[in-house]
Amino acid sequence: MRYLPKSPADREAILKAIGARSIDDLFAPIPAEYRLNRDLKVPRQMAESEIVDWFRERSRENGDSYAMFLGAGAYYHYRPVIIDSLISRGEFLTAYTPYQAEISQGTLQSIFEFQSMICELTGMEVANASMYDGSTAATEAVMMAVRLTGRRSAVVARNVHPEYREVLATYAFHQNMPVTTIGFADSGRIDLKELEKSVNQDTACVLIQSPNFFGTIEDVNAVAEIAHKNGAMLVVSISEAVSLGIVEPPRQADVVAMEAQSFGVPLGFGGPYCGVIATREKYVRQMPGRLVGQTTDSNGKRGFVLTLATREQHIRREKATSNICTNQALVALMANIFMTVYGKVGLKELAKQNLAKTAYAAQQFGKHAKVLFSAAPRFNEFVVQTSEDPLAINSRLLGQKIIGGLPLKKFYPELGNAALWCCTELTTRAAIDAAVNSVNESQGLAKPSREIAEVTR
Amino acid sequence: MKPKPTIRKATRHVNQNEGLIFEKSSAGKGAWRLPPLDVPEVDTAKLLGSAERKDLGHMPEVSEIEIIRHFTRMSTWNYAIDLGMYPLGSCTMKYNPRVNEVVSRLDGLANGHPYQPENVSQGALRILKTLSDCLIDITGMDAITLQPAAGAHGEFTGLLLVRAHHQSKGHARKKILIPDSAHGTNPATAATVGYAVENLKSNSQGMVDVAALASQMNEDVAALMLTNPNTLGVFEQEIHKIADIMHAKGGLLYMDGANMNALVGKVRPGDFGVDLMHLNLHKTFSTPHGGGGPGSGPVAVKKILEPYLPTPVVITRADGTLGFEYNRPQSVGRVRAFYGNFGMFVRALAYTLANGPDGLRQTTEDAVLNANYIRKGLEGAYDLPYATPSMHEVVFSDKLQAKKGVKTMDIAKRLIDYGFHPYTTAFPLIVPGALMIEPTESESKEEMDLFIDAMKSIAEEVEEDPEMVLAAPHTTRVSRLDEVAAARKPVLRWKPS
Amino acid sequence: MSYPTDFKYTREHEWIKSDGKTATIGITDYAQGSLGDIVFVDLPKPGTELTAGKTFGSVESVKAVSDLYAPATCTVTEVNGELATAPEKINKDAHGSWMMKVTLKNPGELNGLLSAADYEKFVAEEGGH
Repeated sequence: MRYLPKSPADREAILKAIGARSIDDLFAPIPAEYRLNRDLKVPRQMAESEIVDWFRERSRENGDSYAMFLGAGAYYHYRPVIIDSLISRGEFLTAYTPYQAEISQGTLQSIFEFQSMICELTGMEVANASMYDGSTAATEAVMMAVRLTGRRSAVVARNVHPEYREVLATYAFHQNMPVTTIGFADSGRIDLKELEKSVNQDTACVLIQSPNFFGTIEDVNAVAEIAHKNGAMLVVSISEAVSLGIVEPPRQADVVAMEAQSFGVPLGFGGPYCGVIATREKYVRQMPGRLVGQTTDSNGKRGFVLTLATREQHIRREKATSNICTNQALVALMANIFMTVYGKVGLKELAKQNLAKTAYAAQQFGKHAKVLFSAAPRFNEFVVQTSEDPLAINSRLLGQKIIGGLPLKKFYPELGNAALWCCTELTTRAAIDAAVNSVNESQGLAKPSREIAEVTR
Repeated sequence: MKPKPTIRKATRHVNQNEGLIFEKSSAGKGAWRLPPLDVPEVDTAKLLGSAERKDLGHMPEVSEIEIIRHFTRMSTWNYAIDLGMYPLGSCTMKYNPRVNEVVSRLDGLANGHPYQPENVSQGALRILKTLSDCLIDITGMDAITLQPAAGAHGEFTGLLLVRAHHQSKGHARKKILIPDSAHGTNPATAATVGYAVENLKSNSQGMVDVAALASQMNEDVAALMLTNPNTLGVFEQEIHKIADIMHAKGGLLYMDGANMNALVGKVRPGDFGVDLMHLNLHKTFSTPHGGGGPGSGPVAVKKILEPYLPTPVVITRADGTLGFEYNRPQSVGRVRAFYGNFGMFVRALAYTLANGPDGLRQTTEDAVLNANYIRKGLEGAYDLPYATPSMHEVVFSDKLQAKKGVKTMDIAKRLIDYGFHPYTTAFPLIVPGALMIEPTESESKEEMDLFIDAMKSIAEEVEEDPEMVLAAPHTTRVSRLDEVAAARKPVLRWKPS
Repeated sequence: MSYPTDFKYTREHEWIKSDGKTATIGITDYAQGSLGDIVFVDLPKPGTELTAGKTFGSVESVKAVSDLYAPATCTVTEVNGELATAPEKINKDAHGSWMMKVTLKNPGELNGLLSAADYEKFVAEEGGH
């Protein structure tokens, strides 16, 4: 097998050196009754060309190069090519966790830069080296608030990503943590009156998302006030990282739980993504995940190390802040390179383009369908309500190789025929116009879709 | 004049310095260019009002070539599998095949949105199903979830399944038994799920003390979390007794699959009594470590636990197409958004297809062969605390060297000068001063001979020139770093001076 | 190392110096030696009530954490703030670095603890080096 660097002669020589007659001797510790006497039921060994062909078929079956209007926690942004050039270097790709600092300075310094840039963008004082994703980052942030306040329950906005809330529910159930869900107002923002009534002395934290699942930007100040006056912490989840280029970060938050996938991590059918937790310095010892710190070597030279490891599982074992071990280092490196490429000016311009595309789309849709939640500012997502079922609209759009907005009936049935649409800098005007046209078709208001050319990504 | 050792694997060489990216930043530089807008410009102040961000603080501004040099230079400071062996125990640092990287970047897979309609997701679903089927047969189980993002996450999911099972029987049970040789994630996970952890002592051969297990097992113990082979690289030969003891009192046997590299194609955990287990795709199945992740920790289960698996599960519809089933009333819920680290599934499946059944079996055989070769080569030079046969990894101790005041960490640091990454030091906890070594099947005889020679040479240095070892490493860009200062006064971000 | 004779000691390597109803608590020189460089000390707030034998905080080095066990049933009155910024003081002078001042619930409890001589013997047996 071509990955194995041994000739039959090598194997013979090794067996001889060990003093074993055959490889079977070395598997003797396995009781005979359990030894597998047949081949595994996996496909036969393939040549490299066959492997590529097999996956190419799968790629074709997966709608490659369709135009995309889906967001909802996973965003289609342009990935600068140098991201893959750099992370594909074997020294990054095939390196281990940087426990041996002297021979891992490349990984450690890049994580330190990542932590620093996340702090700049989120307005927090300290950030970790990554969590699995935004959903588990939000959950772990809530657990952190529970540990820090010594209180037992959490209050969550219903317009936080539904799957994030499902994950929180799973973890909360096993920690005996009551979770109260607060509805949203006509603005699309969390209902402040309902929130006011639900936060009390047993509330460890309030969890909101901004921009929220509907794309609407929350009034973080108002929420912070309600949380803090009751002695509860404020956890803000951010699932569209590009928003930080133009939207003021939640500086009043105690913990920010982010999904950094928008920063150069491929959509990849849902993973791997890049969660991050950022917080204030005073909470750092309760923060889960790896942390890289700056220090000096015995010659006074600057270097970087994993630090505050006593929070983690390999030392604290059952008293650890989290059980996390492997994190998302390589995807965090992608995000690091993305943030570096765009930088201070580029991130703002990128975010502005997202705003512009979305504003145009919302305006166009709004002419003949209902765009909800327009009373509050939004970033790059919006909800459209139509008389026709969104599933039917999307079916028509697929024929033009367009993937339409996410139908919301499953998560928010009270919104009826509503769908969540997302526009990024990659969304073309032509795609927007074609999508709007298809929606209008149901009202007999536009050209039939088959007259419009296929729109590609 | 003390003779200098001959170091054959590595040579000193000039490498580039590089500061922090912020130190290179200056206003007006940039590495980005957006295409012109094809829609009208917007007035952000008008659209966002007080939510408008005015300032991005000290985010850097640098050009493309500076970024390329920045990261390329930093990469040269790292050790990596592509450079040589990592003898790290239980990490399974095997070759990360490049075809895996190519196929994961195919457009339909790399740019597939998790919420796209099922009829344009058949490719992804087929990958999920094919990988699932392969892993089910490899483990000898009946069903699987690919959702967990890493091993620890898989352990968490596994314990949720354990709890759901016991709750359905009407008695929640409060305890989990964990051997003292276990990886730290095991007790940490048990605590996250609200279980009390009870330690299970190892016997004099480093295996589970079956008598102790029998006495500690009762109707309040939900499960035993076992690693097999254990962290000493030893196969639990009484595994059938262990499984029987657990099952007789209604408990479950959970296996930490970190050491699957000793078992694939030779034996299946489902066949020796395991009820559920997690796998580490970033260990056994060749997905790259990437400096600390991403990983993937699927959990395979026996039929009795299938109803509790996280939602959604992959199903085959009546018309033969694949889809996701969300109507799962007994499910423990979700452990993360979307479906799991899909990019790692593509890689793990590519690895499986590249090997086929014969390749997988040969891989396991070579892994065990290599560990035993190293064991033989180092016997005598280092103390071997347990005489039990090793499978894919071997654990020595620093007992002989400690007499000269040299510990496992010092030997590990000196190994760096010889051109290798250290082995796992100070774990498992049951061996004081442990040297835990797992070569994997990816090492040639040549690389292993270099490693054996290096370790023997260091053992000699300990006798003749212990200072050389104690002050190691001598040839790295940075010498030993002050971890105490880093922990006392943490500096966790760059700040402008 | 000679252990101060006016202290009492526990098998978990804490020392306690009492003057009737109040006492001062710290960890022994043996403890700081086994831990290595101390980076952080986690102590309870004043007003906290402690039960003899139960854990009340921890001491951390870079690679390890050690729980602290209450030598007596008591209430914390004062915590040594210096240890928050300079935990290394304990390494330099363990017996001179107090961690907490307490009021004792039952001063008689201390009679069950080890004397300096007994502790020295205990440490010699345990250390084995």
